[in-house]
Amino acid sequence: MGAYILKRLVSAVPVLLGITVIVFLIMAMIPGDPATAILGSYATPDNVEKLNRDLGLDKPLVQRYFIWLGNMVQGDFGRSFSLNRPVLDEILERFNATLILAGTSFVICALLGILAGVVSAARQYGLADKAITFAVLIGISIPSFFLGMMMILLFAVNLRWLPVSGMYAIYGGGDLPDLLRHLAMPATALAVVATGVIARLSRSAMLEVLRQDFIRTARAKGVPERGVIWRHALKAAMVSIIPVLGIQAGFVLSGSVYIEIVFQWPGVGRMLVDAILTRDILLVQGGVVFVAACYVMFNIVVDVAQSLLDPRIKP
Amino acid sequence: MIGFVRLLARNQLALAGGVVLAIVVVIAAAAPILPLQAPQVTNTADRFLPPFSDGHLLGTDHLGRDLLSRLIWGTRLSLSVGFAAAVIAAVIGSAIGIVAGYFGGRIDNVVMRGVDMLMAFPYILLALAIVAALGPGLLNALIAVAAVNIPFFARNIRGVTVGIAGREFIDAARLSGKGHLAILTTELLPNVVPVIVIAMSTTVGWMILETAGLSFLGLGSQPPVADLGSMLGEARSALITNPHTSLVPGLMIFVIVMSINLLGDGVRDALDPRLRSGALSRPQPATTVRRTGPVPDGPGAGALDLQRLETRFHVGRRVFRAVNEVSLTVGRGECVGLIGESGSGKSVTALSVMKLVSSPPGVITGGAVFREGDDLVGARHDTLRRLRGDRVAYIFQDPLSTLHPLMRVGDQLAEAIRVHHAVGRDALRRRAVELLKAVRIPNAESRIDAYPHQLSGGMRQRVGIAMALANDPDIIIADEPTTALDVTVQAQILALLDDLRRERGLSILFITHDFGVVAQLCDRVAVMYAGQIVEEGPTGEVLDRPGHPYTRRLIACVPELGGGRRQLHAIPGLPPAVDALPAGCAFAPRCDKTRDACRQGPIALERRGRRAVRCLYPEHAAHAPEAAQ
Repeated sequence: MGAYILKRLVSAVPVLLGITVIVFLIMAMIPGDPATAILGSYATPDNVEKLNRDLGLDKPLVQRYFIWLGNMVQGDFGRSFSLNRPVLDEILERFNATLILAGTSFVICALLGILAGVVSAARQYGLADKAITFAVLIGISIPSFFLGMMMILLFAVNLRWLPVSGMYAIYGGGDLPDLLRHLAMPATALAVVATGVIARLSRSAMLEVLRQDFIRTARAKGVPERGVIWRHALKAAMVSIIPVLGIQAGFVLSGSVYIEIVFQWPGVGRMLVDAILTRDILLVQGGVVFVAACYVMFNIVVDVAQSLLDPRIKP
Repeated sequence: MIGFVRLLARNQLALAGGVVLAIVVVIAAAAPILPLQAPQVTNTADRFLPPFSDGHLLGTDHLGRDLLSRLIWGTRLSLSVGFAAAVIAAVIGSAIGIVAGYFGGRIDNVVMRGVDMLMAFPYILLALAIVAALGPGLLNALIAVAAVNIPFFARNIRGVTVGIAGREFIDAARLSGKGHLAILTTELLPNVVPVIVIAMSTTVGWMILETAGLSFLGLGSQPPVADLGSMLGEARSALITNPHTSLVPGLMIFVIVMSINLLGDGVRDALDPRLRSGALSRPQPATTVRRTGPVPDGPGAGALDLQRLETRFHVGRRVFRAVNEVSLTVGRGECVGLIGESGSGKSVTALSVMKLVSSPPGVITGGAVFREGDDLVGARHDTLRRLRGDRVAYIFQDPLSTLHPLMRVGDQLAEAIRVHHAVGRDALRRRAVELLKAVRIPNAESRIDAYPHQLSGGMRQRVGIAMALANDPDIIIADEPTTALDVTVQAQILALLDDLRRERGLSILFITHDFGVVAQLCDRVAVMYAGQIVEEGPTGEVLDRPGHPYTRRLIACVPELGGGRRQLHAIPGLPPAVDALPAGCAFAPRCDKTRDACRQGPIALERRGRRAVRCLYPEHAAHAPEAAQ
């Protein structure tokens, strides 16, 4: 197992490098002079030149990439000029909040999605299946940001059950119950689409498995139907569900952008949008690379989980 | 194409989605000629008018602009941008995919590596990075969303192309001297287009959603022009005081995306052959029973007594009569062989006993199966489940697919016991080892922790047998348990089954297509053809003096070791399809003794002592029905 993890870690290195290249190339697409773009058209030539030098933009492209990469490896993501603090410090602080939001969402959508998919498949064409299929259809069609806004109207404004926005109450909050109250709506709103997608795929994966010969064997052994579905079929279906969980984790992680805006959640997504609007290029660059790298790492966890489940994958 | 449209129309949800989408598209397209107020004229005196106000059907927004007008113009913009992004992504992505898949080799390698890298990004993050570089704006948002979806198309289309590029007609086109470009556009593209359409229909909704999302964040369309996303974004600050300004664009996005998803699902279902054939139906825990006509009375004879059993498959409008009034008795301690070609209905007969035929499409339509006086066909599912594996056990063909691939064989063995008897963990494990030893698996203590794929075919088959023996059953139904194995292993397994039968007094129903196997193991044999038993009797007698012409020909198919006198004959022709059986003898079209009477009507199974034959002109006069003599 250790060898397998090590192998996956090594194979992640080129992917991580590729990510940095892609982000770097995208940022190099900035039309015109970045320094002018950042400082605005009223900037003095002196200032533009100084910023260009600070950003290292007077050097050739390839050299600039390696300087940037070398700095990042040493933990130096540059300095955000709009916030006037190191990019990495800001990201780490914000990522914590995003992780709480996206992590909770991911747990919700994985559990609920698989549950709905299995029930739906087990009762194919029955009432539960139709109800779930319909709910899933609505779930994957509703924009998360709109859903979030409607939840605020209902649960925060009309029913007054939950706080409108933010991560902690401004006065006297900060403990876990306070966090959970603030987390309930955004985590649910963020999870809805992914839940639908996972439910759909779990349903079809289960239907695929339920037709297999080994399910007939389980029935011939006299395994009760509950055991056939939840033990035999789900275990085999997980082989196709786990990769989908990995993909959906990416959707939840990046989809948190909308939810963080709607619910004023102090996460990386909101930071990125602000950074884009203020043209804080280094902050965008650093934020995107950091989140993408975390996602790559998460996918290694997914692969390891898959290899633990499926003995046919040679470690 | 007509079939496709008809299938699509039959799906009512897809139809509803299509109609709603068509209405939205038509209204949006007609925006310039509709009598709408100018969408960008502000009138701060009329801010936040509620819906159904005078002159403003949906009210006004924070600048007093008419919401209906803005909604329709915004929808127009959102739809155009979403579709444009989908088309751009589909064209570029498919082009990349086709080139990579067609040329293969290094080009494929490099391109797909790049695609993998792009797919390593969380989706929206990449779009954000692109917008960050290009700057906020609707066109840039469109580019970003299209770019982010290119890898998806490239990967899907590449996969399909690789499959097609290896086919004969592509080689033929190449040999005929066509250039790469001609082959790509005239041969390959037409075959790939359906896949592109499916991929587009499933992603266009996403792309509309994503562009709306970017606009919502303020990174897409810029004021005063507004698409649905930026309308929602601008309305957000007034969410609590004037929710209607948020509801209007939000619901519209929802309606558009939902109708596209409905239509897309319909398109995908209509194009997917598996769904068309209903092959994705989930088999029920027990075969459906819909018996028409009188149910045979019990209590039945022997250990297992099948009486006029009928099983059919309903596929679309066609009805396959797989098992047609089969009556068969297995005595205590007896081994009965059920033999026939593939498709003769012997496996379905075996599976019908414990109602293990997949349903849908299988239905038991008549007859009964008696075990100790009780009819299994009419039994409640729970009664049946308690008997399955405990009193009546199955051994299946092809143990690689019949054992659970992700469970250790020991656990699968233990489970067979655990679901019927309360036994402790350690005792279960000891029992599992004993069972593996009983079927002569060496190193049983270590093999117990192996997964099925780590065992050889013969070992896996032994595990299957061990599983059937786990609860010391009275009856074993073995469905071609040796077919997948080589001859030496086959002989070992048969010897093993024979030993167990003598040691434990098992009754065995043995399904096979091989008379050699029957001769080794079975006391009696029944021959099946096109869903019916055509001959039955003690193995030795049937082998020496077959009554039915089909039996004789089937025996002639078996080579005799060291004999060489008998010639090996395959039977010409094929068994009839059981959804279109001939009026008389089902074997008549292939029989060399057919006379007119054979084709007249159903022929009865005539029983004489221990033998029974379904033939008007049997091989030996002794078997002949009285009417024909």
